[in-house]
Amino acid sequence: MKKTISIIALGILSIASIGAVMSSSEWNEREDEEHYESDDREEGIFRGAWLDSRADVRPVENQAYQSECGGCHFAYQPGLLPGKDWERIMDSLVEHYGDDASLDELQAAEIRGYLLDNAADRARLSRARAFSAGSDAGDGLPRITKTRYFQREHYEIPARIVRGNAEVGSFSNCQACHRSAAAGIYNEHQVVIPGIGKWDD
Amino acid sequence: MKILIAFVMAGLAATNMAYGSAANLIADYRNTGAGPFSPDAGGSAWTQEHQSSSGAGTRSCASCHGTDISKAGRHAKTGKPIEPMALSVNPARLTDAKKVEKWFRRNCRWTLGRECTPQEKGDFIQFITSQ
Repeated sequence: MKKTISIIALGILSIASIGAVMSSSEWNEREDEEHYESDDREEGIFRGAWLDSRADVRPVENQAYQSECGGCHFAYQPGLLPGKDWERIMDSLVEHYGDDASLDELQAAEIRGYLLDNAADRARLSRARAFSAGSDAGDGLPRITKTRYFQREHYEIPARIVRGNAEVGSFSNCQACHRSAAAGIYNEHQVVIPGIGKWDD
Repeated sequence: MKILIAFVMAGLAATNMAYGSAANLIADYRNTGAGPFSPDAGGSAWTQEHQSSSGAGTRSCASCHGTDISKAGRHAKTGKPIEPMALSVNPARLTDAKKVEKWFRRNCRWTLGRECTPQEKGDFIQFITSQ
């Protein structure tokens, strides 16, 4: 009888301690907030189907940014560059990587505000924050592809399967390989390189 | 407060009406003394090559929009697809005058190195309308 009780007690203790460890997540630490589904979406957690797809970088939510800036190229999420880099880009729209991307003042102000509010150094998702950790762009215009985090993540990719690949063309063409990039999902398990296939390392 | 909102709304509506549609743009260009406008002039200006300011090759409207504007184009650098310009294929084109002027400003500066004159813009609009 005593043995049974002690085994049961041990079992309950183990389950309780595992429960305690598992529940010490971000959500429970914030005792002042309640857990709403909209909070999940803010964190980039898209609940649905069997598996939750978790965004690494908060997806674009500003209509002006999406249509004005996503009109010529992929709408890079604001979490992919630190605020000071976005400032430099917004200050030089007339000479925007070889193009003229000028905006009227109202739109420029709205987009600038959106970018700065959601920049990498202000992001909550840790992968987005990583993009604010230094860049090798030097004096040139900021480039996501020159951030140290990007370079670390892509240094193993041979240039020929990106630059030499007609369907990709450039490392700036995120969504060519990161098929869910528009949803802010960049994890390596969802990379399919055109002409080569899934790239999982 | 309500009166203030009403005034702001009226002001915005007035601005919108002033921009109106592309037909209003043609009228605006005429008011500057330009015209008559010709779709053929617009068509030949469409494919005219201009030296780029950076010295890297030439560029024209067709560089991104293609010579046959009833087909989709692609951005010369990023490869991003661009909806066809031809009004017959894409009736949404030219309906937002603000958008038209925005792209004229950007694209003329990038292609020609300067803003397009009202005469050139009018010719382009007639060309796009005719396709």
